[in-house]
Amino acid sequence: MSSGAPISSWEELSEKIRDKLEEAKARLSRGTYEELVNKLKEVTEKYGLAVDEAIRIIDNVVVEYENSMVEPGEPVGTVAAQSIGEPGTQMTLRTFHFAGIREFNVTLGLPRFIELVDARREPSTPLMYVFLDEEHRYSEDKAREVARRIEFTRVVNLASEVDIDLVNLRIIVKLDPVMLEDKGVTVSQVVKALEKTKVGSVEQSPDDPLTLYVTLNPEESLSLLDLQKKKERILNAKIKGIKKINRVIIQSMVNEEGKTEYYLVTEGSNLREVLAVPGVDYRRTYTNNIHEIEEVLGIEAARLALIREMKEVLEEQGLDVDIRHLMLVADVMTFTGRVRQIGRHGVSGEKYSPVARAAFEMTSQNFFEAAVRGETDKLLGVSESVVSGSIVKVGTGMVEVRMTLPGRSKG
Amino acid sequence: MASKRRSKSSAKAKNVRRKVKINILEHELVPKHEVLAPEEAAKVIKELGVRPEQLPWIRASDPIVREIGAKPGDIVRIYRKSPTAGESVAYRYVVGY
Repeated sequence: MSSGAPISSWEELSEKIRDKLEEAKARLSRGTYEELVNKLKEVTEKYGLAVDEAIRIIDNVVVEYENSMVEPGEPVGTVAAQSIGEPGTQMTLRTFHFAGIREFNVTLGLPRFIELVDARREPSTPLMYVFLDEEHRYSEDKAREVARRIEFTRVVNLASEVDIDLVNLRIIVKLDPVMLEDKGVTVSQVVKALEKTKVGSVEQSPDDPLTLYVTLNPEESLSLLDLQKKKERILNAKIKGIKKINRVIIQSMVNEEGKTEYYLVTEGSNLREVLAVPGVDYRRTYTNNIHEIEEVLGIEAARLALIREMKEVLEEQGLDVDIRHLMLVADVMTFTGRVRQIGRHGVSGEKYSPVARAAFEMTSQNFFEAAVRGETDKLLGVSESVVSGSIVKVGTGMVEVRMTLPGRSKG
Repeated sequence: MASKRRSKSSAKAKNVRRKVKINILEHELVPKHEVLAPEEAAKVIKELGVRPEQLPWIRASDPIVREIGAKPGDIVRIYRKSPTAGESVAYRYVVGY
């Protein structure tokens, strides 16, 4: 029952309803607005749309949008806590600790979620996804090149045998040719690394190039314990790679362009150094260590990583939690510019009100300390109101009625 | 400011043989940050009806803050890509710790 002829050119229609679109743009979120415009455009071009029809559609969308917004005073934090907490109980029953992702054991499920919310310094299974640049991402050999560059390799990874020769006072290092090949290390690199430890002079055995002798200085007084220590030093001598990156595996996937792309998954994480390695695409490389992300990429990146990790844990468990709850948790955790845990040393422990802190944990101790410091509490927060039996300032409890009596000034 | 930061990060890269120029602002996890001019900051504060320190904070030592050269007391506008709203604008107050 529309008046006005349908218009089937979007340019013409959008010109006529320009004011209305401007108004909608100001009142809608950007994503919703863009979707609205795209749909309108599609419908106009397909079926034709009259001006007043278009205006009615826009009005309806705006009304729907505003109706679906959170009301002022809605206890969103409580809702988020319940919405994550209830599915969380199912999580405990389903998995306990580890679930294997191909070759790695990754902490998943509730233990991982607790780790995230507690803002642990280091995850129990630190992991990195290292993406490669244009040059290295399409060939497995090139990917292996980068993998070798970042994998932390020590002598112990390459030696098949390390013995102490007490007669000649030297340490014999026998290298494993398979491991050398696998890690892409030459014998001369090992010799260099051994020389760096300054344990003794290094030489190759004349009849076997893979056997190295580290001759110790006989003038030093050497107890058996010293020898053991020197052996340890040799075993731990770094040859190449990045600290903490203990193992690297190459994986492949089909990317958006339909090409097979190789990337690396590492056991252990060291974001700052891996980003600077040649061949690594530093724009996409990712770690599951939130604190590292905070340090290297800033608090906003840490917020996004938190959301992403929480979402992945819940999704992997088959739980459907609205992402807005997770966003709220991440917002609260990153509020002060660093990642705080939800708990005693973070969000709950730093509350302003002593009653709220006492209601959370260690009641008497918190009251005692607050008394020592002479703190006051206006009992305005949620926990304080529950404790003191007053109306919680949430939802309808938030509004107050004030009357201006005749003959009295306002206020 | 920016060039100072870059020289610092390339010095770190030296440990790993060759140096690679990395610009953390390009990382996919980093949304666009911008420092507000004082007049604009005042306008935002008035619109939101809060005091600056009631905004979420961002540390002056935050790598992104250093990269864009914001100082304590500034307000940073962040264009977040949001899965629910498309793009949302957030503000953070730069604090000096």
